[in-house]
Amino acid sequence: MAQADVVIGKKNDGDGMRWFSWLTSSAANTLVDPVSGRKLYPIDGGIAFPDYHKQETADIPIRNVAMPSHYIVPLRVNPRFTARPIVDIGARVRKGEKIGEPEGKFGVAVHAPTSGVIRDLGHYPMTHVSGLPALAYFIEPDGKDEAIEPTPYRGACDDTDRIRDFLQQMGLAGLGGAAFPSHAKVASSPVKTLIINGAECEPWITCDDRLMREHAAEIVAGACDLAAAVHALEVLIGIEDNKPQAIAAMQAAAANHGAVTVVAIPTIYPAGGEKQLIERLTGIEVPYGHLSAEFGVLVFNVGTARAVHRALTYGEPLLERVVTLTGAADDPGNRWVRIGHPIAELILEMAPKPEVDRYLLGGPMTGFAIPDLDAPILKGSNCIIAASPALFPPPPPEQPCIRCGACAPVCPARLEPMALYWFARAQQFGKAQEFHLFDCIECGCCAYVCPAHIPLVDYYRYAKSEIWEREREKSKAQQSKARFEFRNYRLEREKAEKAARAAAKAAETKRRLEAQAQESHAEASANGTNDRDGAASPSAPNANDAAARKKALVEAALARARAKRAAEATEPSGENRE
Amino acid sequence: MITAPYWRAPVSVTRVMGWVLLALIPAIVLHVIFFGPVLLAQLLLASVAAVVVEALLLWVRRRPIVSAVTDLSAVVTAWLLVLALPTTVPWWLTLLGVVIAIGVAKQLYGGIGQNPFNPAMVAFAALIVSFPAELSRWPLPTTPVAWQWASFLGTPNVDALASATVLDTLRTAVHSGQAVSELLGRSPVFGTLSGAGYEWIAVAFLAGGLLLWLRGIIPGRLPFAFLLTLGVLSTLAWLVAPERFAPPWVHLFAYSTMLAAFFIITDPVSGVVTPRGQWVFAAGAALLVFLIRHFGQFPDGVAFAVLLMNLAAPWIEMKTQPRVFGEDHP
Repeated sequence: MAQADVVIGKKNDGDGMRWFSWLTSSAANTLVDPVSGRKLYPIDGGIAFPDYHKQETADIPIRNVAMPSHYIVPLRVNPRFTARPIVDIGARVRKGEKIGEPEGKFGVAVHAPTSGVIRDLGHYPMTHVSGLPALAYFIEPDGKDEAIEPTPYRGACDDTDRIRDFLQQMGLAGLGGAAFPSHAKVASSPVKTLIINGAECEPWITCDDRLMREHAAEIVAGACDLAAAVHALEVLIGIEDNKPQAIAAMQAAAANHGAVTVVAIPTIYPAGGEKQLIERLTGIEVPYGHLSAEFGVLVFNVGTARAVHRALTYGEPLLERVVTLTGAADDPGNRWVRIGHPIAELILEMAPKPEVDRYLLGGPMTGFAIPDLDAPILKGSNCIIAASPALFPPPPPEQPCIRCGACAPVCPARLEPMALYWFARAQQFGKAQEFHLFDCIECGCCAYVCPAHIPLVDYYRYAKSEIWEREREKSKAQQSKARFEFRNYRLEREKAEKAARAAAKAAETKRRLEAQAQESHAEASANGTNDRDGAASPSAPNANDAAARKKALVEAALARARAKRAAEATEPSGENRE
Repeated sequence: MITAPYWRAPVSVTRVMGWVLLALIPAIVLHVIFFGPVLLAQLLLASVAAVVVEALLLWVRRRPIVSAVTDLSAVVTAWLLVLALPTTVPWWLTLLGVVIAIGVAKQLYGGIGQNPFNPAMVAFAALIVSFPAELSRWPLPTTPVAWQWASFLGTPNVDALASATVLDTLRTAVHSGQAVSELLGRSPVFGTLSGAGYEWIAVAFLAGGLLLWLRGIIPGRLPFAFLLTLGVLSTLAWLVAPERFAPPWVHLFAYSTMLAAFFIITDPVSGVVTPRGQWVFAAGAALLVFLIRHFGQFPDGVAFAVLLMNLAAPWIEMKTQPRVFGEDHP
């Protein structure tokens, strides 16, 4: 109920309207894409917005931006995707030069965006909701933009391991938003379907749309490269049907590639969510905590596909991406922006209007207000919206939930958002988990339609972070408990060993004394100088040796356990969204 | 709000409640045409009383008053209560009903969204238990308006000008051994399909309900399952024993049936939100309505049926959770 006056798609129209449209136009409901003739699978929930605000930027060609005064190139944006600094402060670097060495399984290399001098290595503000700073290089450009000699990929096109390592060294990460390391997806597990995500379902954002219109051939080439690398049988390029020019361009580019199919999917947010796109195209539901690869599906963003092609063919590391600059601005549009470009300088490019009160990173449904504009553009930064009170009015005050249930039919995960809200509010986190809190993808559809204006997603984020915090506390407590128990065990054992040693010693002394007595008794005063130490020494060091050996073994075991735990802590949870 | 989404659909509780009130207008208009303007006085009295009681209790509870009063939910409750009662009830009885509905059933439980029972039905149940005589004086289309006014003001002089509902008349007759067929069409309470005059108001409820359905305010499955279940049960009973059970159309086009189907069981607060649960809720309510109408002690079963289902609602909801995305994947 309650979507009364919103002109929205058949999914979240009233029940009645849905039936009405089904009766009047059954063709609109047949789930076959008219572009490719492929069967499409139904997805749940979602919202068709009355205005997508894509027209502001979609028809303007991508432009370059002026060189900024400095670049802030981060090494550790995400605790899982880190790189180790390998260039000293004061060093001169050239464009494309590697300045960060990937760390661990998920780390990706970091490269200098232009030629210049490294002025600092320190913590700088990042575009993260928390506003927490991260380790980054501060690079002062010299204006020459000199590049290093590129080193294209020379191996076989289906050598999965070599391509994986190459992509890691080229700094490839998902350009869809989550910046998941691309090489980590290129694994040797069998992949049937490779999906290239060109849905771009969130309002305002047009960077993928522009890229598909202008660089369709490179995207298709990248898709083919990736398909060869993971031995995929088919490539599906999913694009929402509100981008007809992009679809046409991609179709033309894919015309000569038999395995590549461009599929137009219905425009309904969040159809471009990784899980939703997979469901729409293949009917597979990838559950929470599982990777799509387990189901034989891999998803890459269109921008990532192009970057993969540029890296393999031309040896270009991932240095730049397309960023949509839009909102209350006089010169909106898409721009080629290098990673590390300070946002404060980038926003001037779109000539923001005076009424702008904040800048959003990402779209209005899942983005966030940038806490510190000194932060740089990252690999996942797809859009900056100059937000004004007119475009994004402050929400009406939160009212009590009337259990109207409007939130449930729009949920793409088929959750009961209302129940989750009650549990989060009542701090019944166990119940919230029982009702699948962690299946929530935080798309914001429920909060969008709520007539009581409840910031539902905020409640879910709160509940999730509380649960994580408790889990951390619990594991910490468990570790301390284990440590304490081991200490008790060690003390007990040492006490027992000490007692045993003392008993042995006592027995030995007793035996010796008896022997001595016997000797003295037998040999009388013949040989009074019995070697006391000689009799005692072989046994005492032996006991000490055994204890030391045991201690060393235990310590080694503890160290192993610690290392294992540390490794587990840095392992990924296996969840990613593009 | 500091985090996403930064966009919201132009919806509000006030708008939802406004649509419900709008959907009741056709029935009210027909009611006034058939029975005169007393209903309007009742509606006005109840609306004002509901808002005053709500504001008073919010003030006592130190809760925001303006947003709660302007959401129109109290007015919806007041209108539904008035429409559930005969228009001839004295003013103080309406007032008492509003106090019970808003004061006890709604605010004592914590205000909007917190009440486990449908407030209008709680008030109706309390009144029918306490004042059965007043609540069985339904005006006929022939009842003079002056008499209705007198009754409203608390001074009814002639008692025989109003009567029981169709269902009540039938039940009493069957209990006293008369056959249904002897009664149908012979008493002035009967119209073409069901109650004289009331059957057309029931049709107006149906029309208003369809409007709410088309606007997406109520889910279609609730009234559908309710009417379907009641229709099937009454048809079966009628086919088996036509002398004891009224034909299905008498049940379906009874005033209380249509009011319940589109405006009472669709109350989201005290109802069920899971799709499968809504089928169970509505079908269960219809079954209880059928049983109470035929085998109970009260003239109509809607209030008690709805309250009983309200009791079961949390359990139904728990047992009918939908399969979440990716759950039980092959």
